[in-house]
Amino acid sequence: MNPGWDFHALAPLIVIVITIVVVLFADFFFEYRGRFRTSQFATFGVLAAMVPVVTLAVDGGTRVMFGGAIVVDPYALTMQGFFLVATYITLLISVDYIGDGDYYQGEFYVLMLTSLLGMLVMTTARDMISIFVALETISIPTFVMAGWRKHDRKSNEASIKYYLIGVISSALMLYGMSLVFGLTGSTLLSEISTKVASIDEPLLIVAVFLTLVGFAFKVSAVPFHFWAPDTYEGAPTPVTAYLSVASKAGGFVALLTIVYFGFFDAPDTWQPVIWVLAAASMLLGNLAALRQTNIVRMLAYSSIAQGGFLLVPFAVAADGGAAKASFEAVIIYLLIYGAMNLGAFAVVITLARRTKSAEIESYAGLGSYAPWLALLMSVFMFSLAGVPPFAGWFAKFVMFRSVLEAGTPAATVLGVIAAVSSVIAFFYYARVAREMWFHSVREDADASPVQMPIALTFAMGVCGVIVLAVGVYPQAFAFLGDFAAGG
Amino acid sequence: MNWFQDWALTLAIFLPAIGMVIILFIPRAKENAIKLVALLTSLVTLAVGIGILADFDYSNTGVMQFRVNDSWIDLIQARYHLGVDGISLPMLILSMVVTVLCIVYSWNHFPEPHNPKGLLALILLLEVGMNGTFLAEDLILFFVFFEIVLLPMFFMIGVWGGPNREYASIKFFLFTLFGSALMLLGFLALFFLAGTFQIPSLTAKAGIDIAHNTQNLIFLGLFLGFAIKVPMFPFHTWLPDAHTEAPTVGSVLLAAVLLKLGAYGFIRIALPTLPHAAETWAPWIGLLAVVGIIYGALCCLAQTDMKRLIAFSSVSHMGFVMLGIATLTAFGINAAIFGMVAHGLITGMLFFVAGSVQHNYGTRELSRLGGLLTSAPKMGWIFGFCVMASLGLPGLAGFWGEFPAVLSAYQPAPGLDVTTFRIFMVVAAIGTVLAAGYLLWMYQRVAFGTPKPEFAEAHIHDVSKIEWLAWSPMLIGIVVFGIYPQAIFGITNGAVMKLYGG
Repeated sequence: MNPGWDFHALAPLIVIVITIVVVLFADFFFEYRGRFRTSQFATFGVLAAMVPVVTLAVDGGTRVMFGGAIVVDPYALTMQGFFLVATYITLLISVDYIGDGDYYQGEFYVLMLTSLLGMLVMTTARDMISIFVALETISIPTFVMAGWRKHDRKSNEASIKYYLIGVISSALMLYGMSLVFGLTGSTLLSEISTKVASIDEPLLIVAVFLTLVGFAFKVSAVPFHFWAPDTYEGAPTPVTAYLSVASKAGGFVALLTIVYFGFFDAPDTWQPVIWVLAAASMLLGNLAALRQTNIVRMLAYSSIAQGGFLLVPFAVAADGGAAKASFEAVIIYLLIYGAMNLGAFAVVITLARRTKSAEIESYAGLGSYAPWLALLMSVFMFSLAGVPPFAGWFAKFVMFRSVLEAGTPAATVLGVIAAVSSVIAFFYYARVAREMWFHSVREDADASPVQMPIALTFAMGVCGVIVLAVGVYPQAFAFLGDFAAGG
Repeated sequence: MNWFQDWALTLAIFLPAIGMVIILFIPRAKENAIKLVALLTSLVTLAVGIGILADFDYSNTGVMQFRVNDSWIDLIQARYHLGVDGISLPMLILSMVVTVLCIVYSWNHFPEPHNPKGLLALILLLEVGMNGTFLAEDLILFFVFFEIVLLPMFFMIGVWGGPNREYASIKFFLFTLFGSALMLLGFLALFFLAGTFQIPSLTAKAGIDIAHNTQNLIFLGLFLGFAIKVPMFPFHTWLPDAHTEAPTVGSVLLAAVLLKLGAYGFIRIALPTLPHAAETWAPWIGLLAVVGIIYGALCCLAQTDMKRLIAFSSVSHMGFVMLGIATLTAFGINAAIFGMVAHGLITGMLFFVAGSVQHNYGTRELSRLGGLLTSAPKMGWIFGFCVMASLGLPGLAGFWGEFPAVLSAYQPAPGLDVTTFRIFMVVAAIGTVLAAGYLLWMYQRVAFGTPKPEFAEAHIHDVSKIEWLAWSPMLIGIVVFGIYPQAIFGITNGAVMKLYGG
């Protein structure tokens, strides 16, 4: 059988593989001081991979390979574009941090690119085996990256916790997947989807449940979230940004694929589970975030809560006519969440270079000595809170739209929980803004202008522009959601 | 003038945004340049407003004019749809004028921590939201503008406010955010049941294909969103705190324009799109309105802080506006719109004077004030004039806001219980007496007598040139609309008749 190699469809992956090899070898040849150049190779490779993604999108159509295990369609391309841009921005915000800290440089970028490779494969995977392999390719490099500050106990703790949780969740997921294979006789999602509706076995519920629990760990949904705050706090901050955006989105893409292309016709098995995960993540994530005094921990709980908002469209996807609206909602929410969360982390990293502290209190009076930085941080915070005219409002809006399109009582209750949680969320996001603008500089703080490295400034600028532009003209991202959902 | 017809409303909304961006790029030290840009921006925006006034077709005030209808968010079928009719025109001009006057007043009245750059940029951003809300003809567009208003006010209170500013600012934001979350759910429900976000089409459909119970639920969502903003009793508790802590211009903008966004939402969206639900809820709205009138008035009598007293008087006065709206009659709604403009001018002025009193005396405690008429006679007289206007003295604008609103409750729309509304009328009339009571009591304590010993030697500045410049347009407005109310009724009536003429 002809395996059907379509080099155009695989081009983004090939570019990234070449980049990985180049960066790995380049690291040997550079003197210690020249190693920052490895980051330049990495960023160049990521940008270059954008080209085939765009040409494929222009070309249109769906390309099926390897007996249906790999499919390059508009959905895959949209998410590939997202992962490339998110990784590009993460690279920008890592450069100075990794360069300053006397860390291994080349290896760091190799690991990040390998994880990116996993994400790109994930977007195209339509088979449980390829989904699993992609998910592991995403995760394993990040276990190492979380422990990058190897002389720091907290970083080690972060890495170990993340690793153990990752292994457990993979085991659960594999067990679930093997049961699904036993019941349906196939690992191909397209085959599974035709059979799930007719399977009457209670075992199917167990199988789907275990698979979902595995994903719930990956996307840190409550009650499988407890590793996230410690890992986020201990890991180097750029890695945290990567975990909370790109890696988390990888989990969501896997969930989206498996739910929509696999289990969709048996909604009774997955909707209630996701409903509970969504409600618990929104409530607990937001309430716990209220109590945090450390900005990174706060952002960790915030990302748990945002994950809850992201799960809401899943929980209602099979009700009424909500399937398409929910699909679009997840895509659009992910795109917007990526921009605003990466922006927030870029500001945190810029400031941590100065204050050496991640306490929210250390932000006091920032508006008086670094007004632009404070302004940007406020934009990101209020966008995460969902206040117009920043992009976050549209993310929340499409989420509510899917809820009302579904219109069932369960959906309505979830919608009310989401509305209440977003009001709670405002409180802690506003707290950062209050600290920056309402309070005066603390006496022991250094109030000279903050040094702004060019890469970080550029990253913040890109995120800021996206958040503002999409907030004012949401169609800019909305059309991508429509495109991904197949028009 | 075709060009102007197409672009006037877009300019009216986004010129202030351009001014704001320019201000952000001027270094903070160049204060005069910043002030100048802010003033020019607001003046040019007002000029656009005057252009709209001049070009407006007064024989067709019920028709949406200067209409803009372009695609915006195709995915959710929300459109960039703007228009101005007889209901929105007075509100738009009010918002533009008050913005200019606030910028003029700020010229040398920047409260601590000074920073004119920040304050003026926020005022301009606020204007974007205010003008946009009054012009939006699409629910989502309306929602976005309605929300844009929150951030600048939050920062204005939180940065330039009084000692309790953090509490007041977050309370203001949380209350409104909660209301608008429910309002948004209502908008979405309307969309899924009626198939559009366009206000004119929703008004034309008037909710006929929506089940009565569902209508009532949706209306409840919209009601909470708008009632919190107005604010109606019992959702008013954020208002006294926000007003007391806000800097003077913040209070003025809050009282003069922001409170009107909620009432405007009722008139433009909640009542016309869901008339049946409105009929069910009208007695309850009326009840809350009159409770607000009396409750606000009684609270006034217990206040020791001048600004807090004026804030509670706002609760009471907005009660009259809401009573007019609750009658669902053209007469009542006309009165409500007039009441909004009058309240905007009069209460705005009262807050200006309260701000200057605070600036001069360093306090707003009624027990420490006194003798304003001897130490600063001009300010004392202006204050007296505004107090008279506020208590509804015939011949001044306040009268035409209050009296017809009370009168309209005599004959509510068909389908509403006449007896209930007549009881409301009597209670509201008692409210006007109480209003005279607390306003005169405040005036007596601030203006009459001799200055207290602690201020006997102090040199109290009388009205300055800047203050004259900022205040005289509002004072003139109060007189002109008092003598010739037709100037506003003539504009609003056509549009109101179209929506509520039966």
